[in-house]
Amino acid sequence: MTTAVSRIDWIRLSPWLYTIGLFVLWEACVLVLGLPPFILPAPTTIVAAMVEFWPAIWKNGLQTLFTTLAGFAAAVVGGLALGLLVGWSRTVYAGLYPLMIGFNSIPKVAVVPILVLWFGIGTVPAIITAFLISFFPVVVNVATGLATIEPETEDVLKALGASKMDIMLKVGIPRALPYFFGSLKVAITLAFVGSVIAETVAANSGVGHMMLTAQSNFQVPLVFAGLVTLAVEGIVAYALMAWVEKRMTGWAHRSGFAQ
Amino acid sequence: MSVPITLSDVSHRYGGATGTLALDGCSLTVRPGEFAAVVGPSGCGKSTLMKLATGLQFPFKGTVTVAGERVTKPVTMAGMAFQNPTMLPWRTTLRNVLLPLEIVRPHRQRFRADRAIFEAKAEDLLSVVGLEGFGQKFPWQLSGGMQQRASLCRALIHEPELLMLDEPFGALDAFTREELWCVIRDLQEARKFTVVLVTHDLREAVFLADRIFVMSGRPGRIIAERTVSFPRPRDLSVTYTPEFMAVVQELRAHISEARAAA
Ligand SMILES: Nc1ncnc2c1ncn2[C@@H]1O[C@H](COP(=O)(O)OP(=O)(O)O)[C@@H](O)[C@H]1O
Ligand SMILES: [Mg+2]
Repeated sequence: MTTAVSRIDWIRLSPWLYTIGLFVLWEACVLVLGLPPFILPAPTTIVAAMVEFWPAIWKNGLQTLFTTLAGFAAAVVGGLALGLLVGWSRTVYAGLYPLMIGFNSIPKVAVVPILVLWFGIGTVPAIITAFLISFFPVVVNVATGLATIEPETEDVLKALGASKMDIMLKVGIPRALPYFFGSLKVAITLAFVGSVIAETVAANSGVGHMMLTAQSNFQVPLVFAGLVTLAVEGIVAYALMAWVEKRMTGWAHRSGFAQ
Repeated sequence: MSVPITLSDVSHRYGGATGTLALDGCSLTVRPGEFAAVVGPSGCGKSTLMKLATGLQFPFKGTVTVAGERVTKPVTMAGMAFQNPTMLPWRTTLRNVLLPLEIVRPHRQRFRADRAIFEAKAEDLLSVVGLEGFGQKFPWQLSGGMQQRASLCRALIHEPELLMLDEPFGALDAFTREELWCVIRDLQEARKFTVVLVTHDLREAVFLADRIFVMSGRPGRIIAERTVSFPRPRDLSVTYTPEFMAVVQELRAHISEARAAA
């Protein structure tokens, strides 16, 4: 009676349907309201711009991707190291915590002029901005993973004569890994924010710079094409990190380990 | 073999000079190879007593001696099990049981070389507690009772002379609990280690222990000591005899007094 086999899996389909729906709605709005392309270009106009300016989009897209990944890689290494240090010692934690909070509450766009002062306009300030903005969640997550070791687990090990190092290696680090891999999704997204901020302020290449140039030339469809490029890069990078997370910490998902 | 524990006039406070006084003038002696039980009202400092005896906390007054030596750092040879099995979810049950051998000297130096021997030993222990064939399962694939069995194996794999059990059966159903009583009874019979068992189940204490210490309400100290002389090995049926009930009643009276006084 039931035709379960031929049923459509709406849950799997719906992300695609909603995305397509959004663009259709957008296109319709532009058509119906007769919006000119310099206010809001229709998706088809944006696609046309992407085709027309493909070499520029490709070059600048790669540049932004490179900047972001470089900053992200530095954030992963630095964040992991600092997170381990902070989670290792209560004293270091107490000392660094207010500093990190203070530092994290500085809007990173305000740091860019200083970076330009030191490194000049170009790729370096963008990489550093991406690093600065994305390393915080890595530190916090790694430190949290270490700091939330169950006291009883620690007692069991200490009563066996375990050193601090033993406890770190046997419990702390394995248990911090899901937190670490979980933070990568957030960090990569923030790294894009950082590099584009720096590119719009102080660069001569990258998607941010391209959009700013297009905007001053009233090439509004190209501005939007830049946005789409960033969205695509962001989604792919996020999906990659989500996949890595799932691969690396399967036990945490299956055991319902508290995140 | 096995370790005597002495606490003499021990007082412990949490959170500095104005903090919670958990133990006040607590004295007790556990003899080598003895099965001792500690009972008392909730929050009276039983877990604190365990931490002092294993060097995880230090008293501000009095001395703790284990195996003739004053405790100034964590003792390095104790097996511990708690109400929460605290298995590491990223390790299989077998590798959880092996964990102490990766830490305790001299086993840790030999761990790589003797891994096969150690694994066989862990498998043996798992089958003693009724977990044969579950070594490759992850802890979260086991029931609470099975995890607790595995946790006992982890506490015993390095053949400690001292086993500290802090309400290990508290979260289990009555049947599983009685099964595990028998497991621990048999293990202690075979290996003669010293046991300190903290429990709020008086029947459990009377069934398992040679001697029972009753603690007062917080701040805790020992207000009564009762030797249990039922012959060993004890069968579960002993728990239904009038003599057994009488001991349980006697302890219950002490606890009620302690709670009334608090
Ligand atoms: N780490 C801690 N910090 C502060 N107070 C604690 C700590 N551990 C236990 N206490 C307090 O000490 C008292 C005794 O605790 P505990 O030894 O755990 O009691 P029991 O195991 O008998 O229930 C309780 O009042 C408890 O709140
Ligand atoms: Mg307790």
